[in-house]
Amino acid sequence: MLQILCLFIPIIAAFFMPFFFKKIRNVHTGWFVLLVPLFLVIYYTTFIPVISKGETIIEQLNWIPSLGISFVSYIDGLSLLFSLLISGIGALVVLYSIFYLNRKKEQLHNFYIYLLIFMSAMLGVVQSDNMITLYLFWELTSISSFLLIGYWFNRDKSRFGALKSMMITVAGGMLMLGGFVLLSLMGGTFSIRALIEQAPQLATNDLFIIALILILLGAFTKSAQFPFYIWLPDAMEAPTPVSAYLHSATMVKAGIYLVARFTPVFALSEAWIWLVAGIGLLTLFWGSFFALKQTDLKGILAFSTVSQLGLIMSLLGVSAIAYHVDGAEDTVFKYAAFAAIFHLINHATFKGSLFMIAGIVDHETGTRDIRKLGGLMSLMPVSFTVALIGSFSMAGLPPFNGFLSKEMFLTAMLSVTEFDLFNFSTWAPLFPIVAWIASVFTFIYSFYFVFKTFTGKLNVDQLPTKPHEAPIGMLISPVILAGLVVTIFFIPNIVTDTFVKPAVVAIQPFLYTSPNDVNIHVSAWHGPTPELFMTIGIVIVGLLLFLTLSKWQKLYSILPERFTLNRLYDITINELLGSWMTRFSKLYMTGSIRKYLGYMFTAIPLIVIGTLIVKNAFSVTFEGSSPIHLYAVILIVVLVIGTLTTVFARSRITSIIALGSVGYTVSLFFVIFNAPDLALTQLVIETISVALFLMAFYHLPKFSKVEERTRFKFGRAFISIAVGVMVTLVALSSHSQKFIESISNYYKETVYTEAGGGNIVNVILVDYRGFDTLFEIAVLAIAGISIFAMIKLRLSRKEKNYESK
Amino acid sequence: MEIIMAFVCGFLFMAAIYLILSRSLLRIIIGTGLLSHGAHLLIITMGGFGGNNPPVLADGVTEYVDPLPQALILTAIVISFGVTAFFLVLAYRSYQELKTDDMTQMKGSEDHE
Repeated sequence: MLQILCLFIPIIAAFFMPFFFKKIRNVHTGWFVLLVPLFLVIYYTTFIPVISKGETIIEQLNWIPSLGISFVSYIDGLSLLFSLLISGIGALVVLYSIFYLNRKKEQLHNFYIYLLIFMSAMLGVVQSDNMITLYLFWELTSISSFLLIGYWFNRDKSRFGALKSMMITVAGGMLMLGGFVLLSLMGGTFSIRALIEQAPQLATNDLFIIALILILLGAFTKSAQFPFYIWLPDAMEAPTPVSAYLHSATMVKAGIYLVARFTPVFALSEAWIWLVAGIGLLTLFWGSFFALKQTDLKGILAFSTVSQLGLIMSLLGVSAIAYHVDGAEDTVFKYAAFAAIFHLINHATFKGSLFMIAGIVDHETGTRDIRKLGGLMSLMPVSFTVALIGSFSMAGLPPFNGFLSKEMFLTAMLSVTEFDLFNFSTWAPLFPIVAWIASVFTFIYSFYFVFKTFTGKLNVDQLPTKPHEAPIGMLISPVILAGLVVTIFFIPNIVTDTFVKPAVVAIQPFLYTSPNDVNIHVSAWHGPTPELFMTIGIVIVGLLLFLTLSKWQKLYSILPERFTLNRLYDITINELLGSWMTRFSKLYMTGSIRKYLGYMFTAIPLIVIGTLIVKNAFSVTFEGSSPIHLYAVILIVVLVIGTLTTVFARSRITSIIALGSVGYTVSLFFVIFNAPDLALTQLVIETISVALFLMAFYHLPKFSKVEERTRFKFGRAFISIAVGVMVTLVALSSHSQKFIESISNYYKETVYTEAGGGNIVNVILVDYRGFDTLFEIAVLAIAGISIFAMIKLRLSRKEKNYESK
Repeated sequence: MEIIMAFVCGFLFMAAIYLILSRSLLRIIIGTGLLSHGAHLLIITMGGFGGNNPPVLADGVTEYVDPLPQALILTAIVISFGVTAFFLVLAYRSYQELKTDDMTQMKGSEDHE
């Protein structure tokens, strides 16, 4: 039970934060929050021995059993690694935020509530085995991320960034839900483990490819892959602890997690390999290329994150190749999944520390603009050291962990050239080339980040505050992370045996059965292999380009802002969805009731006559018609004349009297059609109606003399003719095709024996169908009361306005 | 007879719709009046005019007119009367308040979108 409970511990803790914030004012609320991730780290550490043996632990809490939806905490190598990252970096970030956020100036309880919700959501994402709860937690990360980005909600940019990230990630999440539903339809279960077992059968299903694309869209939007990365740079408006936590180490890796988790399901598909590897590589290149255009420290890091996520994604794509190669455990393809997980750990360490350093620089100098910064090395030696370690690791230099994973990345990319299925022989050479170019840019922006900030000239006048070294508390977290960066380089195999290998087993369960089968040994010196020469090339070319950076960085301004993806997003949101849609709506929603009536009376005949034609339902027969009555013909003439007078009368009195004549004619019709009660009622009602009309007549205005526009006149005539034709056609057809006998014979036969009456119509009204009469009485009563109320109740406009305020 | 009445009903509907689409509120109400006449006649026509006697029991008569449509129309007449009366007073009140009976001018204000 504890295992499931752990998913919810942060959310439960969040409930208490306002209390701590409001009641215990002299202790920073963050200290209470810190206990939560610390506890989780310790708890999840206890799983390591079990998991590294290759076993898995599962615990389930039913939520909606009848639909097969339950909260599941499934811990295997992959989810344990992520859980530890989430809780571990969470602890460090909370510690950092204690010194970053001011206890007196900030609304801390809000911040920590959002952060704790996010922590729960993220743990839920990585541990859920049930796809529906996975989706639930997935959206919860989107929402909490939205809240965190918009934390300083009085800034325009924060709100814009929050909205943008929400729109993109939620759109992706929705598509992903569609993919999940399709998968569950195909496999008959929401459980991912059960789906993995059915993977070969699933691959033959027609819906398979659609589910694949939908789920990938979810993963790509969350993990900021091309072209959905645009929300990530704007999310940098969040407080720096948030950027460090969500937008480098955890949330953006949810998409990576999803891809890794679903690799066993989808890897059999060719499209999966091409999409994941291709988009990943494109993102890698794109992000690293545009990182150099940025002038904001966090902007550089954001693009760097995008690029590194692309790297991991492309490795996961390549790892799917192993499913198509016989004896893959002995080939070079085995490196891809391993490298992906290894780099994921490394990236979380160095990027987390770099973000914290960017936050420190911002905090201590008042700006993040790299053009104003410089020469901070002597003032902030600790920060500089940490930044240097992080950047060198990011650039892939020894002796830092980035070097190891970068080498493996190059190995994996080179291995693609040996793969010849699915036309890979044609395009595969591009993979290592693009990877190499992207690595060169990575190298340059890593240097750009650290050296433009910490070396060069110091311009104290340009800085908003006088720079000095950060407080020790703020430095603890980045120093720990930087320490990890170095440590992992020296003891890579302990880390990989503990974390990476069990995770690789989870990604490639068909290849390996236990972590011990993964026969990869990481070593810093791996001989004079092609990868090594590629790295040397990266360093030489990267250094050359970095030293000449000022000469060619202007090239970036050539590309006008109009052609960027951000512009595309703005157009879509503001113009397409905003003004264009409004304009489109205003086109037909004119506010004029005549227009609306026109739409309706056009649609009804169109549909009815269309149906008559399509179904070939029209028919006329004179059979069964009663003979034509002479009186009736006379009445028809009178009725037509009366109606025409009503329509074309110039004065309202003529119109009203003509309407009265139509009513009396109708009652005469009732007389010759043998309906005495109707005739009676119609006569009385018509008399009262005409009287009413005449009473209102005095108060109503004269018919306006304003002529209609001719176009509308014709349209109006056409519409009314269409309606008339429709009614006639329907009446003729229904008269000509009677399929069942009337039930009235029952009334005729039993009216006296059952009901004791002689007037059949009246007996029907009050006996057989008395309910109708009851409610028609109610209608009259309501009409009477409302008329009374309308005349009596006269709130003037002013009073009404006053009340509505 | 039924065939001719079908055309008469169609004609009434046509005239009613033509009036309903006009600008003056009073014309619209007159249009609804015509519309209900058309509907009532349509119901009785669809019941058929077979049988030569009114639906009141009498000795030696077996062929009564179908009573059910008549009962339905009776209900409909009362209801349409109630609605017409209400509508008429509504028109009177709205003319008092808004000083117009021109439907083209009776639009929601631009603020209420």
